[in-house]
Amino acid sequence: MSSFLSSFFKKRSSAPIARDRLQILLAHERISVGDGKDDLLAQLHREIMEVIKRHVAIDQDKVQIKLDRQANCSLLEIDVEVPGLTDKKPAVAAQKA
Amino acid sequence: MSKVLVVTSGKGGVGKTTTTAALGAALAKGGKKVVLVDFDVGLRNLDLVMGAERRVVFDLINVIQGDANIAQALIKDKRVENLSLLPASQTRDKDALTAEGVEKVINELRSKFDWVICDSPAGIERGAQLAMYHADVAVIVTNPEVSSVRDSDRIIGMLDSTTDKAKKGEKIDKHLLITRYDPARAARGDMLGTDDVLDILSIPLLGIIPESSDVLRASNVGAPVTIAEPESPPARAYTDAARRLNGEKLEVTIPAERKGLLDWLFKRRVA
Repeated sequence: MSSFLSSFFKKRSSAPIARDRLQILLAHERISVGDGKDDLLAQLHREIMEVIKRHVAIDQDKVQIKLDRQANCSLLEIDVEVPGLTDKKPAVAAQKA
Repeated sequence: MSKVLVVTSGKGGVGKTTTTAALGAALAKGGKKVVLVDFDVGLRNLDLVMGAERRVVFDLINVIQGDANIAQALIKDKRVENLSLLPASQTRDKDALTAEGVEKVINELRSKFDWVICDSPAGIERGAQLAMYHADVAVIVTNPEVSSVRDSDRIIGMLDSTTDKAKKGEKIDKHLLITRYDPARAARGDMLGTDDVLDILSIPLLGIIPESSDVLRASNVGAPVTIAEPESPPARAYTDAARRLNGEKLEVTIPAERKGLLDWLFKRRVA
């Protein structure tokens, strides 16, 4: 009986959650799928990485990227381990390459 | 030892993605290291069923083309330890999925996980073929319904002929999973029986998953049913199926009709 009552009172409906999730997802996807362009976050990510690569040699394994798309704001987290900042040599080498 | 499992069916809408998520989560909860790989390029949905759709940065094709390494593309589940997801690409062309690329990715995943579960797209084309190509184990998801059984038969034929194992003269370990089983319709005799399906397809039965609103609710909130409603009948059936995949010998029970109070009150009138 208690399980019956708790299932009756807890989280009545899941449909509103489904609707919210779809709205957020589709808002992002309609931008990117339509004309083959990346959405803003993907574009930002790519260009930020290009700028960093211009100055330092990046080890792909030392880069962590996290993303959280929300309705009103999204969070793009790029975590780059930059080796030997005091040593100018890798940066110069990277610029030439 | 690491195993590659393909969840396939031929027909669409029978529950491949639901099954991939539910079995994967059940195996991970049992302590195995599990990765789910979505092969449905252009129409990915495993990320949505897993509730990870907002966190996708890189996908399978990014890894194949070298834009990202596997560690960067894997999305770790926040609820269950040892469970990761490699999403399919939503924007790229299907042709970007190359045989060599897939082989490289699968081999790398094999070295990191106990179970590599490939969620096949519907159909029998390239995506479905690549999803099953490296499989050691196949779960054929079938609804007790004529067109689904026919398509499953076709897929079983492909598993025995066009996969890596088949080409080496070895056998893929095939299992039948009957989903959307409706006990009420079965009781009325209006649904293909489990015995009929097993007779026709003649591969061993992994489990019977009852049709249930718990499955729909789980996908609404973005969680495998084995995480969202672990005590529900479909979750129990999936958990048992996962244990059988790990080699446990458990008898398969046919879901019985659960009579509600109203059914019970009106039983005589209906009958």
